[in-house]
Amino acid sequence: MVLLPVAVVVSSFLTPAGDVWRHLVETTLADLVANTFWLALGVGLGTVVLGVSLAWLTAVCEFPGRRVFAWSLLLPLAIPAYVTGFVFIGLFDFTGPVQTQLREWIGSGVWFPKVRGRLGVVLVMTLALFPYVYLLARNAFLTQGKRALEAAQSLGLNRVQGFFRVALPMARPWIAGGLSLALMETLADFGTVAVFNYDTFTTAIYKAWFALFSLPAAAQLASILILIAFALLIAEQQSRSRMRYAEGRGGARMDRIRLTGIRAWLAFALCLGVLVLGFLLPVAQLLWWALGVAARDLDARYFGFFWHSLLLSGIAAAVTVGLALLLSYAERHFPDPWTRFAVRASTLGYAVPGAVLAVGIFIPIAWVDSWLVAAGELLLGTKPGLVVQGTLLAMLVAYVARFMAVGFNPIESAMQRVTRSMDEAARSLGLSLGHALLRVHLPILRGGLITGAMLVFVDVMKEMPITLMTRPFGWDTLAVRIFEMTSEGEWERAALPSIAVVMAGLVPLILLTRHAEK
Amino acid sequence: MRVPRTYHRLMNANDWAPPLATGSTARAAKEVLLDLRAIGHAYGSRVVVRGLSFSLARGTIGCLLGPSGCGKTTVLRCIAGFEAVAEGEIRLGGQVVASPGVHVPPEKRRIGMVFQDYALFPHLTVAENVAFGLHRMPRMERNARVSELLGVVGLELSAATYPHQLSGGQQQRVALARALAPRPDLLLMDEPFSNLDVDLRERLSLEVREILKSQNATAILVTHDQHEAFAIADEIGIMHGGEIQQWDTAYNLYHKPVNRFVADFVGQGVFLDGKVLNSRQVRIEMGVLTGEIPRDCLAGCDACGKGCSVEVLLRPDDVIHDDASPMQAEVLHKAFRGAEILYTLRLPSGEKVLSMVPSHHNHRIGEAIGIRLEADHVVAFRRSESQP
Repeated sequence: MVLLPVAVVVSSFLTPAGDVWRHLVETTLADLVANTFWLALGVGLGTVVLGVSLAWLTAVCEFPGRRVFAWSLLLPLAIPAYVTGFVFIGLFDFTGPVQTQLREWIGSGVWFPKVRGRLGVVLVMTLALFPYVYLLARNAFLTQGKRALEAAQSLGLNRVQGFFRVALPMARPWIAGGLSLALMETLADFGTVAVFNYDTFTTAIYKAWFALFSLPAAAQLASILILIAFALLIAEQQSRSRMRYAEGRGGARMDRIRLTGIRAWLAFALCLGVLVLGFLLPVAQLLWWALGVAARDLDARYFGFFWHSLLLSGIAAAVTVGLALLLSYAERHFPDPWTRFAVRASTLGYAVPGAVLAVGIFIPIAWVDSWLVAAGELLLGTKPGLVVQGTLLAMLVAYVARFMAVGFNPIESAMQRVTRSMDEAARSLGLSLGHALLRVHLPILRGGLITGAMLVFVDVMKEMPITLMTRPFGWDTLAVRIFEMTSEGEWERAALPSIAVVMAGLVPLILLTRHAEK
Repeated sequence: MRVPRTYHRLMNANDWAPPLATGSTARAAKEVLLDLRAIGHAYGSRVVVRGLSFSLARGTIGCLLGPSGCGKTTVLRCIAGFEAVAEGEIRLGGQVVASPGVHVPPEKRRIGMVFQDYALFPHLTVAENVAFGLHRMPRMERNARVSELLGVVGLELSAATYPHQLSGGQQQRVALARALAPRPDLLLMDEPFSNLDVDLRERLSLEVREILKSQNATAILVTHDQHEAFAIADEIGIMHGGEIQQWDTAYNLYHKPVNRFVADFVGQGVFLDGKVLNSRQVRIEMGVLTGEIPRDCLAGCDACGKGCSVEVLLRPDDVIHDDASPMQAEVLHKAFRGAEILYTLRLPSGEKVLSMVPSHHNHRIGEAIGIRLEADHVVAFRRSESQP
């Protein structure tokens, strides 16, 4: 299901797309590559510097507020980058309240950095994505144990040297893992760059489709993007396998370094600053805007958006989790390399940007449709309309392909808790296979199933390009509404649906932090 | 005596003598509960069990003892019904439960099992775990049985806790109680103590034996630890290469091993060169050993005549330290064991022997001490080319 769209997209690279493609190559391709490159570089640097330094502060040091910051610095994950993006534009753009206020105070000559430029995108995406690096790096610092650092100290290094020469290199696989997740999100991002009018591959794919009506051109752009995405995926998987070897062994947790005086306040200020910019400010602004327009906008149509989002996310979550359950049983009962490979392959979708998947799903569905239409003509003598194309089914297929890994991972880790000998214990105690599934598997898997479903639910709710590109005509969800409002620059009116999406995003985060505290 | 006789002949074909044939009449009169006849099993092309036979009387605790990879766990899983047999048959209470054409599913065999990792259900309390196999019992009866068993294993106070809150030893006892709850005909235990530390292992294995005997259970234990096997089992089968080498009591395994593998695997000891003098005597460097020479060796000597070379097994308790003895040996190495010291000694010829000496005889390394032989039987094997 994942491989098909990918294969379709990649194979399209071989077919000539004609004029549109030539036009693209001549005019925009160089810009696209440069834009995407600078974006990835900037966000990569930003997330690593911010994520690692904050992780080190909250994991290794002690300063006022550390405990609260330790979990609250994850909160920016709840806000989709495109929401943070339009809030920042709304606030800091030329016509926004901040610059207007400044001009009033100082006069019109004041210089202000251009928000809509490259720097703005990088800043916003860094603020939205650094928690990936933060989470993994912090995990690494916490589990390293103090033995390695003690060894470094006994060899004559002070604690700062120890950090750079021992702790940081040991945490490298985790940092690389977090970085590649952040970069995958960066590449897959559509909403943020669309808000900033910053053209990257995802927006180019969208435009090739909707403005130039050239599916082949879209597919060819997508195939370039996919190559980069898979390179990242390989990097991520390799760093994951290295984690096993670099795992710190033995030794109690390190004693925290107690920061005092000005250093403590600097640490506090940095954490607070990031938290304010990444979470508190956007949420406060969203609430403010939303209150302003609630009376006017909150009408029956909104319940339609809500209902569509809920319905779509709910169905996608149920289908994904059901399939993920089947996959993990397949892996459990047929532990041969082929099954393992197939299962792994079917969870690769999270590395494929939504815009690419939308294109990849659309092409085969168009084939199926034309075939079905032909078959219908033959059998019934009449010409039926398009069957699958532009229906919820096509949308669901794309969602499931993209978010299979999100649903699969928690289920798989729950499945590992049901050991083979538990099955055998149940059977030696006189239970048939069906009863054993009901009384042993279901209760143990329940937690994983719920987590998986919830994560998929939220991700589908946030997903923008797939929804935009495959939805049936007039089928609007919260994400679509956000896109429409922001593309017209009506930030206030985009706030209302954004609040709903952010609230949904908080749910898995609370789960995550609760799990981490255990 | 007719039944055992038939047995004897049957088993001779496999070059193996079951305790029923050689044992006392009283034991032979007991009902045979489990009977394995020449079973074989292979994973793909790798044969792990071949032509394996043994039987177990009701109320007996048996043990399969062997190094890892010898196929002992596979035998257990065949009996439980988690693996099918490729050859032979398994009878339980006279009824065939497994043969190449028959496979009674595990839940229909009334066999309880204690797993190496205990396999307790993490989502259920201790009491619910024990009650798990009693799903067909009325509630009152079930509760009574659960509290009875928790009493037997000494965990009445932990009934409402979850498995992860218990220590390893306690989890082990919950697993035992859960397996015993439905009153299985046969209880199987797969390395049940391997996850426990050594102290606890010894104590718990004696405790488990008491529990099994109090429940009049028939059980088979699989382990690679001989102390565990000796502590728990009435009869022990030494397994190697997918076959049973010897099925016997612990005493006989130690003092009358039937082949070199068993002699090596069970207990400590050294092999010394010896010459056969006559049907009751063997000369070794330290003197003449008198006793019944095993049939296996005699057959060889009949073939080659008196004076043929054999290898003689000497246990540490066959060599006694005696200051008055004229025979001297040099202390090469010593291992303090608390009540005793295990000395490694070098004989004048350079051959080494082991001697277990009460711990107050504390000698220095390099010192020469007096020793003498004290063995009432001979364990000798034909010299084989494959053994160094």
